Amino acid sequence: MAKTYYLPSHEYITVEGDEGRVGISEYAASQLGAVTYVDMPAEGDTFDAGEDFGAIESRKAASDLYMPVAGEIIAVNEDLENDPRLINNDPANAWIVKIRISDPSELDKLMDADAYRMYLTTLH
Amino acid sequence: MTDFNRYLPHTAEDIAAMLERCGARTLDDLYADVPRELRLKKPYGIGKPMSEPELESLFRQIGALNKPMTCFAGAGFYHHYTPAAVGAICSRSEFATAYTPYQPEISQGTLQYIFEYQSMMSELTGMDASNASVYDGATATAEAMIMSVASARKRNRVLISSTLSPAVAQVLSTYAVPRGIILEVIPAHHGVTDRAELRAMLGAGDVAGVILQQPNYFGIIEDWENIADDIHAAKALMVVNAHASTLGVLRSPGEWGADIACGEAQSLGMPLNYGGPYLGYLCCRKALLRKLPGRIVGATTDARGNRAFVLTLQAREQHIRRQKATSNICSNQGIMTLHAAVYLSLMGEAGLRKVNELSCCAAHALAKALAGTGRLALRYPEHPFLNEFVMDTVDPLTPQAIIDAAAAEGILAGVPVGENGLMLAATEMCTPHDIERLTNIVSNL
Amino acid sequence: MNNKLYSPLIFEKSHKGRKGYSLPDYDYGVEFELPSSLRRHTAPVLPEVDEPTVVRHYTNSSTNNFGVDSGFYPLGSCTMKYNPKVNEAMVDVANVANLHPLQPAATAAGALEIYHSLASALCRIGGMAEFTLNPFAGAHGEYTGLMVIRSYHLDRGDETRTKVLVPDSAHGTNPASAAMAGFDIVEVKSLADGTIDVDDLVSKLDNTVAALMMTNPNTIGMFEHSIPRIAEAVHAVGALLYYDGANLNPMLGVARPGDMGFDVMHINLHKTFSTPHGGGGPGAGPVGVRDGLGKYLPNPRVVRGADGLLDVVFDDTACGRMGAWLGNFTVYIKALAYILTMGDEGLAMAGKLATLNANYIMNSLKSLYELPVAGPCKHEFVFDGLKDKSTGVTTMNVAKALLDRGFHAPTIYFPLLFHESLMIEPTETESRETLDSFIAAMADIALTASDNPQAVKDAPLNTPVVHPDEDEAALNPIVTYKELCAK
Repeated sequence: MAKTYYLPSHEYITVEGDEGRVGISEYAASQLGAVTYVDMPAEGDTFDAGEDFGAIESRKAASDLYMPVAGEIIAVNEDLENDPRLINNDPANAWIVKIRISDPSELDKLMDADAYRMYLTTLH
Repeated sequence: MTDFNRYLPHTAEDIAAMLERCGARTLDDLYADVPRELRLKKPYGIGKPMSEPELESLFRQIGALNKPMTCFAGAGFYHHYTPAAVGAICSRSEFATAYTPYQPEISQGTLQYIFEYQSMMSELTGMDASNASVYDGATATAEAMIMSVASARKRNRVLISSTLSPAVAQVLSTYAVPRGIILEVIPAHHGVTDRAELRAMLGAGDVAGVILQQPNYFGIIEDWENIADDIHAAKALMVVNAHASTLGVLRSPGEWGADIACGEAQSLGMPLNYGGPYLGYLCCRKALLRKLPGRIVGATTDARGNRAFVLTLQAREQHIRRQKATSNICSNQGIMTLHAAVYLSLMGEAGLRKVNELSCCAAHALAKALAGTGRLALRYPEHPFLNEFVMDTVDPLTPQAIIDAAAAEGILAGVPVGENGLMLAATEMCTPHDIERLTNIVSNL
Repeated sequence: MNNKLYSPLIFEKSHKGRKGYSLPDYDYGVEFELPSSLRRHTAPVLPEVDEPTVVRHYTNSSTNNFGVDSGFYPLGSCTMKYNPKVNEAMVDVANVANLHPLQPAATAAGALEIYHSLASALCRIGGMAEFTLNPFAGAHGEYTGLMVIRSYHLDRGDETRTKVLVPDSAHGTNPASAAMAGFDIVEVKSLADGTIDVDDLVSKLDNTVAALMMTNPNTIGMFEHSIPRIAEAVHAVGALLYYDGANLNPMLGVARPGDMGFDVMHINLHKTFSTPHGGGGPGAGPVGVRDGLGKYLPNPRVVRGADGLLDVVFDDTACGRMGAWLGNFTVYIKALAYILTMGDEGLAMAGKLATLNANYIMNSLKSLYELPVAGPCKHEFVFDGLKDKSTGVTTMNVAKALLDRGFHAPTIYFPLLFHESLMIEPTETESRETLDSFIAAMADIALTASDNPQAVKDAPLNTPVVHPDEDEAALNPIVTYKELCAK
């Protein structure tokens, strides 16, 4: 069954088997405001954990997207090209890229949902 | 009080009343936090305020030291005709004294002319999009180089043709080195980019972009049939630096298959002004729009359903992205984009075509007349040129001797290229009589 | 004004067969020929319009614009002072319009004299040894200055300096320029009063730091009074101190960056020295350096030779070349005219009156707007929105309400130190009556915000366009007339 992990920079990765769907958390989406553009990598690109793989823009803000764990891009969410606001409407399902995870042990370094919830209370 | 107060409206009473509201007794009280030891010890030494008559007299003396010449020099900067209406419009202070159009509600004048400029430059270059301009043609090319690297993940080699203007190449090098961009020069063969060398260099891999110039530095119109295929096969971007005016007749960067077009737009009727202000243009295909640096104006609608223009895609820019921005540029060439927009409105396609036809005929007539003296010969007779060309002097004549003799007659004969080369340009501003004068000077040497 | 008649794009006024140009019919005795493979296949779509139509189009368009000549422009950090008309007139008098950049120096002696005179004056004003005028704008000056710093360290064989320190209150161009010059950026914290946290700075200083970039006064208009300590600490680790001249205006006649310990600086001629902003440019960002750093200034350079004549030279020790020639030349004519017109006493008065004007507005409105950092400011100050936060009226609303009342808005949402930044810089060229009417408008907005907040939120109502949809513009960018037609 799928399990979701988080980075302090608010990316999530939802893991099923050796695949992960990477997106941004509801908190990050609300902070950013209406998303106008998502800069996505190409299928086949590989990234290290913590490496930036793209960027997400609203009219007044932009932030880089960081890869939670190392992996290869196996799909990018093309729906976001037509309607980037899907990220505001349903961030948990509006994944940005799908990756094949190189080293599942890297997941242990990430926050789980409870830890992330605690982490959010420390911000402000 | 003295004359300078025409810009400073404050009377002694104003100052006293205003200080009182600030809880201060003297103007110096407002600087109590500036440590004594840092204070200016004596005046700058600029002197007393100068009155307008004195100022005009001084600038008249300085101006007399400048000798505008009949211009056969180019090398990227051309003496074209400027319709009188251009200056009249550009000097309107509603345009000239405005800031960057941050408040679209009261900046539609600036925003609209930038949108028109973007539309015109996109048409000329055959590209989908243009930014609101950058400083000059050299920095535009540097921004294009950075774009090509930013668009190519983990590839940082950029190939530049040796037929690129040396000034542009030097600026590219200045911008490339600190960013770790590796610039490599594609050799030339008989004055044009060597296609076989280019293919070999592309084959070595890791190339993010290829930068070419049209017409090239030597005035040659390079034939780039299928060159875009070679470049794109290596997953690199094709960047074309083209003199804006020549795009009135020459095959556009878009038609050659370029991904980015950039260069100097001074040739759109901007005065030579001893080097500036000029206008760097930067255009690209739509897919690269989010990598395009600088200001971009977009069309939208307002709350009443009327068309409105705004600065858009600002998330790319330094005030939001800081060190991760596409560039540090936070301005454009402002009023020079208006200059280009008004110029192109007045000239239209037909006017721009005629400028090129006249320039081309003048240049070819000049080349023919100079060759006829037997003292000079075209260096690249096998290649077509538009308004600029290189000639070699026949011994013992030197390019410098021609330049000096012509200068004595108020003519700028061109720019030296290498040891024996003289590069000459002509525009619609050169009369048949000017050509005759220069030819006679050369004949008599 | 009839917007329906005059506001269409110039393309929409095009009519086949019209023309707005006048060209000669010279017979050069040769035919125009060009191989078809090198010619355009499709003609560019440009307007076909007559001259009166063009003039009327842009003249009407200009009335949809707001410049310093139109009214008060208190845009913080932008120094929107009056642009004297005599400066513009001197451009023609100086006789540079038809000078080709590559013509012999002896035939451009006047132009070089202007360049040299302005550079000398800036040396005196900045307390620097040498200036290049070449950089095209403030941000370009920053980049140039950082390249000078980079060259200085590398020339000493010091290759460990990879970082540039930047205060968290800095303008976005500072980190962006440092990144372009190849440096990593480290932020230095600000104290509650907006000045640099010297302890935090000292903890970040070591032999990996190339430079600290600062403005002084800083972006909230406070003088960094610890500057002697800061300069000492920065120099102690072998780093250089960079002065961002964006806020130089209030220091005219008071203190010089060179005397404060800065090694490299840029000046925005379009701010302190009154040259027009032109809706975005052309600007100029001359860079000055202290003794010993001149050899790293970029090419080309204007120098006086042994024969006493000025020449344009290239030097291998330069940090590089920042543009095709000597920069935005006509801007120098205007700045020099301004400096000569003002003279020592005028410049000194300008700085102090800029500071007086800012303090006057600050003290007149601090009961209605939140002043996060009190105390005398310099040329500008920052309010953190309305004092009464219960109304829901934001800084954006206040800015738009000002437009309806005949003023340009202040700089908003910068610096990033406060959530509702409203940054006000009046400059010295505004009269007390102008300031009073601005103060009255700001007070009226504050009172309206309490009585009828919706009225402020609805503003502006009287501008040529109202509430343009900026989200839509970013989501589906339309950047050319062609795209507009296709929509």
